Amino acid sequence: MNTPSDTDSATERLIGSLASDLAPVHRLRSPGVRAFTWLAGVAAAAIVLAMIADVSALKHRLSAAPDMWLAATGSTLTAILAAIAAFQLSLPDARRTWALLPLPAVLLWIVASGVGCLRTWFVPGTHVADLSEARDCLIFIVGLAVPLSALLIIMLRRAYPLQPELTALVAGLASAAAAATLLNFFHPFDAAAIDLVIHVFAIAIVIGANWGLSGRLLAH
Amino acid sequence: MASSPWVDRAGSFLHHPAFKDVIVAASWRRRTERRMNAIHTQDARADLRRSTWMEAAQAGDGVAYQALLRDCIPVIRSVARSRGVALDYVDDVVQDVLLTIHRARQTYDPGRSFTAWLCVIADRRAIDLLRRIRRQDLREVYAPLALEGYVDQVADPARGLIQADTTKTFTRAIASLPARQREAVRHLVLEERSLADAATLTRRTTGSLKVNLHRALKALRGKMKSWE
Repeated sequence: MNTPSDTDSATERLIGSLASDLAPVHRLRSPGVRAFTWLAGVAAAAIVLAMIADVSALKHRLSAAPDMWLAATGSTLTAILAAIAAFQLSLPDARRTWALLPLPAVLLWIVASGVGCLRTWFVPGTHVADLSEARDCLIFIVGLAVPLSALLIIMLRRAYPLQPELTALVAGLASAAAAATLLNFFHPFDAAAIDLVIHVFAIAIVIGANWGLSGRLLAH
Repeated sequence: MASSPWVDRAGSFLHHPAFKDVIVAASWRRRTERRMNAIHTQDARADLRRSTWMEAAQAGDGVAYQALLRDCIPVIRSVARSRGVALDYVDDVVQDVLLTIHRARQTYDPGRSFTAWLCVIADRRAIDLLRRIRRQDLREVYAPLALEGYVDQVADPARGLIQADTTKTFTRAIASLPARQREAVRHLVLEERSLADAATLTRRTTGSLKVNLHRALKALRGKMKSWE
């Protein structure tokens, strides 16, 4: 066991070494501003995708099925609130309760998607996604969530989260929600049960991968 | 005028010993409030001072940073102790928190309380340490008798003596070498320097060092054999 004088001198040495290689740092901007910087990146991706997508078909689909607006609003709000929560959680003195911020939007997203799913059972003649289309959705969500997550994790690493797993989990939710929102540009059919299951599976993959991999990247 | 029974009762209460206690308690409370206000003022001053130092540290002021880190130690100790960290481990928390402050200094906003920021970090680090200790305790078993009774198969009590004897012989053999050979052995073998580094330090050519080392090793082999 170390004696008090040993530990005192060790602490003194530590203070000396920390102060000797002290470099000026750029103070981080507020979590809200940083979250909106990331969301601006998502918006830029949305603009690029809108240029190659059939936007008139999307408008027609949204006007024909108003509950899709709710699902899209739910996923968009989830992405925004989860991004804000992730940037808040990346601060060392953040409260864990920030992780609950996107919860109302997640509920809206789940309920609206569920209602859309039920509609395909009651309204005859609705185009239901087959397995290959559902697989495309999976690839799209996971494929788009990877660069969005990477950007988010790089930005979050600039702070110093003391709850890395929770931060990565919420960051995964933000990326998955953003990717699911952007999927609407290329989703010319209602979310049937199988499609919805695939969406949930894709989102779970993104959140799980972020939790497992990015949690380590954010741990210091 | 006839005195009212309420006034009489109040008059008797004024002389009652319990009333004196009330007065004393009230005055003690006022004193405590004044002292608490003083403590709050002190805290506010300390917080402002730490905040100013941290702002200077963010700009690269090492002197302010040293003063800040030293000033943080009592606060960290107090948070760790209140979390239930044993006295033996408090310094581990202190060092961990100082490192965290260093790595997270870009996240501090001078518009907010530094002490509150520090206390949350200290609390988190104290919890981390307690978890680490708990995990370690689950893995390890305290069995002093088993440790005492454990027989180390490899241990050889004579080994230390033999090693000390060999070291002594070897040191004597090196000391008996000519100066240039001794220098080559010291730099290239004992201090494990590269030829280039040794040549720079001794201001000799690498060729000369190699030749002297070769001769030294040959001489040492001969000496060790003759002493055995």
